[in-house]
Formats: sequence, C-alpha cells, structure tokens
Amino acid sequence: MRAILFIIQKEFLQIFRNKTMLPIIFLLPIIQLLILANAATFEMKNINISVVDYDNSRISREVISHFDASTFFTIIPTEQSVEKALELVHSNRTDLVMVIPNGFEKDIDNSIAPKVQLLVNSINGMGASLAYAYSSSILMNFTKNIAIKKLNVNIQTPPTISTQTSYWYNPELKYSHFMVPGILVILVTIIGMFLTALNLVREKELGTIEQINVTPIKRYQFIIGKLVPFWIIAMFELAFGLLVGKLLFDIPINGSLTLLFSFAGVFLVLALGGGLLLSSISSSQQQVMFVAFFFMIVFVLMSGIFTSTESMPNWAQIFNRINPLYYFMKVIRMVLVKGANLSDIRESFISVSILAVTMLSFAIFRYKKTS
Amino acid sequence: MEKKEIIIEVENLVKKFGQFVANDNLTFKVFKGEIFGFLGANGAGKTTAIRILSGLLEPTSGKISVAGYNAYSQRDLIKANIGYMSQKFSLYDDLTVRENIRFFGGIYGLYGKILKARIDELLSDLKMTEFKDDLISSLPLGWKQRLSFSIAMIHKPVIIFLDEPTGGVDPITRRSFWEMIHSVANQGTTVFVTTHYMDEAEYCDRVTIMVDGRIEALDSPANLKKTFNANSMDEVFVMLARKAKSA
Repeated sequence: MRAILFIIQKEFLQIFRNKTMLPIIFLLPIIQLLILANAATFEMKNINISVVDYDNSRISREVISHFDASTFFTIIPTEQSVEKALELVHSNRTDLVMVIPNGFEKDIDNSIAPKVQLLVNSINGMGASLAYAYSSSILMNFTKNIAIKKLNVNIQTPPTISTQTSYWYNPELKYSHFMVPGILVILVTIIGMFLTALNLVREKELGTIEQINVTPIKRYQFIIGKLVPFWIIAMFELAFGLLVGKLLFDIPINGSLTLLFSFAGVFLVLALGGGLLLSSISSSQQQVMFVAFFFMIVFVLMSGIFTSTESMPNWAQIFNRINPLYYFMKVIRMVLVKGANLSDIRESFISVSILAVTMLSFAIFRYKKTS
Repeated sequence: MEKKEIIIEVENLVKKFGQFVANDNLTFKVFKGEIFGFLGANGAGKTTAIRILSGLLEPTSGKISVAGYNAYSQRDLIKANIGYMSQKFSLYDDLTVRENIRFFGGIYGLYGKILKARIDELLSDLKMTEFKDDLISSLPLGWKQRLSFSIAMIHKPVIIFLDEPTGGVDPITRRSFWEMIHSVANQGTTVFVTTHYMDEAEYCDRVTIMVDGRIEALDSPANLKKTFNANSMDEVFVMLARKAKSA
C-alpha cells in the first residue's frame, strides 16, 4: 500500500513543478465557461428579415411594422422582387424573406383568408425553425387583431383556448442553466482523462516506466497511484467550475452537492480508468491524443449536451448506455437544476459504477510489466 | 578453488520476435559475486537477454532461474532481488536528486527511518549531498549515470543488471563507473553487464561473446585471449564477429 503513496507523492511533485499545469487547472474552466455558455445558445435575437411587398398597402405596411417592432427581427431592405431578395439569402445577408402578394389588403377586406409566403434560409435547421416559429406567431397575432376589428367590438369573439405556460425547473428559460452544467462535464472529463492518459504514455516515451516495471510493485498499485492524483485534480476542477458557474452565471444548485460529488467520483474512476487503458495500449502521446479526441467527440455529441437524447434514434440510445458522458450530463443537470435526489438518479449511478469497475479492472489487466 | 554458488542459471533460452530469433538457445551459469560480461555487436541479442533475465520480457522457451526464482512464475520475487539500469537513462528529469532516490526507494518497499538513512548513505557515497535539491536535468551525464546505478542498488539487490551502462560517457567517467561496479562486486553483489566496449571486457571475471543471437565464446578474458591466440579482447571479438551474417 505504501508504494501507492510514493507514486501519488511523485505525481503531485511533477504536476506542480510543471509551469503549464496551474494555468490549465484555473484558467481553462473560466475561459471555457465564459465562451461556451455565452456563445453556444439557441436563443435567436437577431433574425434578419427582408420583405417583398407587392401589395404596398396600408395594411401590408402595418404587417411590416409589427416585425420591425419585434426585438427578434432586423429588417434588411431589399428591392421589390423575390429574385433580388433571394440573392440576399444566397449571400447570407438575410435569414428570412417574407413575400406579401398583390391583393393582400383586398383579400382582408373581402374576408378571404390572406396569404403571405415565408422563404427561410435553412442552412441552420434549428435556427430556421425558430425564425419560422417567431414570424408565424407575429402573423397570427396580427390576423387575430384584424379579425377582432372587423367583427366589431360589440360582438363576442369566438372562444379560443388560451395557454398558460410555466416552465418548470428553469422558469426564466435561462440557457446558461442548461449549458454550464454540461460544459462542466466536458471540462472535468478532458482535464481528468487527457492528463492521466498523457502522463502514463509520457513515462513510456521517456523510458522511465521501464525502471518502474523492473521493481516488484503490483500492477494495481501502480494504476491506482497514477489514477488518484488526477482524480483529486478533476474533483477540485469540478468544485472550482461550479463556483465559477455560480458566481458568473448564477446557476442553480438545487440538489445535494454531496450526491453530485459522489457521482462525479465514480464517473471519474471510469473516465480516468479509460485514459489509463488508452495509454497502456498506445506508444506515443500523439497516438493517445488522436484516439482520446476521437472518443471525446463521439461521446460529447451523443451525450445530450446540445440535443435531447430521447429524440435520438434507437441505436443511439442503446449506444448511450455505455457512454459515460451521457450519464454524467443527465445527472449533473438533474441534481443542479431539478434538485434530484439519490433515488432519482439511482439507475445512472448503478450503470456508471458497473462501467467504472469494469474499466478499472481492464486498465489494470491491460497494463503489463512484462512485454 | 572453492565451490561457487550459482545465482543465474539459463538453459536453452530462446526468444523469437515473429520469425526473427533474437536469442538462439543460450545456456550459461553465473556465479555469485562475479562480474559477468555480455559482449556483442549492436543487435547481437544482448539487450534481449538482459531484459528477459530481469523480467521485462517474456522468453519464448528455455529454463531460466534468477536468484533462485523461476523467470516465468516468480517474476515479482526476482524483481525484488535484482537491480536494473538500462542504456536508456531513466530517472525523472523534473525531480531532484533526493526526490528520485526517495521515490525508487519507496516503490522498492523502503520507508521511514530506513529509507531516510539509505538516502543519506547514497548521497554521501556519491558525494552529491550538497546537490540533493538539484533537478536531474541540471546534472552532467556522468553524474546521472552514477546516480542511476546507485538507485538501482537502493534495495541492496543480490544481482544488478547493467545494460550498456557506459554508453556515451567519457573515458574518465567510465573508469569511475567501473570502480563503482568493482566495489559492489567486492561486497558480494553479482554484476551482469552488457557492453560493446572491448576494453571494459577486461574488467569482467568472465565474458560471453554473442554473435547473431548465439553464444560464440564464454570464458575469462585471459583464457579467451589464450584460446584465440590474441593480444586483446578486441582481436578476439573481431575474429568471432566476422562470422556474423549481419555484420
């Protein structure tokens, strides 16, 4: 057992002697959170719209002014031709073209359902559907007002279903409440896994591992000695990241931090064990970086950081059962935002524990003192 | 001559890498307390053999016993009783002299007062006490090699394996290195050393000359020179190495 302590002590000496380590540990989370939580957002504030108004009537100008008044839209002037407006779409200067046909006002006067055409730039599918939804709702409101005016005030409007929406767990629909926990997951995984993996393979490159392999140290002692220092650093990183998230973004912490950190502890055994396994089958830092990067991208994009995992195809949901990031992403949001307790995350906890034990055994088994 | 105790016994050791035979049926014995030299050109199979004996490499076949333990089933027991220093310098550059000694002492199972006493003893033997807090990266190569050697001896092993320990150092440092080797051998440690410097062969009690993975000769330097009617080990070696396929 004492041998493990000697390895841990040696690793910490080396980590803190390395001048790039402290900036990585402290600056990385701040920069990542600042950039990603603010930039990676689905909220649309500046949709560019161009209007081709063939009707050029009082009422068509009124429609346009509704768009102008909305904070979501910026009107980009265009010549009065659909072709010219589409050129603006091609050159990416506008996101949406609204065509108001000739006879728009007349149709309204004659109580014929008025028609407009919306041409949406859908290079970004998500943005397109949002732009479409925002503009439809403006048009809907507008027609409803006209209908009321036309039907006269003293006539009862037909009853419509009015919806009262309250957004649970994130009442103000703050995007950062969703993203910051997700980014924290990526952050601790990268710090933990990459540092561990690079550390072990570096000893291979330098040849120092040989000097260790020729000692009677047990394989599990060596692997655990290599894992613990980076486990501690990653746990610290999570605490530090949470603090930054709380101070800068005021993220909610509704659940138990003890629960979150217990889960993170098990998750990190899995992630770091994976890093160690990877480095024991690789022979250079370059190789480790490439393979780790590959897995990170797959795991991150599948984890549900941006997109809901429930709406993924069946095979992807099956794949996610072995995706460590999927579990952590789910748990951290449930605990922080929703205030979930142990029984809510029990299944994830059990799955990650099983994966962690498997991974660690595999890493120990795969590390060979004799080639 | 008194009856000598056998410390390494190798019978028909074979090591293949795919089709390539690196060690072809090696058979030899090493006696306790002797300096046993393994000579050969680059690629003759010296390093392969020494790595197998120190438990870093799995042999393909053959009967091998080191310090009384089986090289297949008792590798950790072998490792507890041997020291190893390789041609590739392997201390931690970013740790100090003392931290390196402490770390390796620790993973060999030393601790507390014993470890501390051993560190102080090592530092004073090496006359490095005042440099104990210097980083390894700041030391000259000769010092690093002497330190490596001492660290390989930290747990007082019965055998020390040295794989081309003097590669790349100047003749004066080599001489002082060999003084260290003689001094540990005088204290009863068996020294197993590979080299391709023929003058170093003269310092060994017995030498083995390897050519193309086979043992071509094994005897004391004096006897070898007599057998091959040569003036120096250099001549003996050249005579044998000419037979090599690869040379």
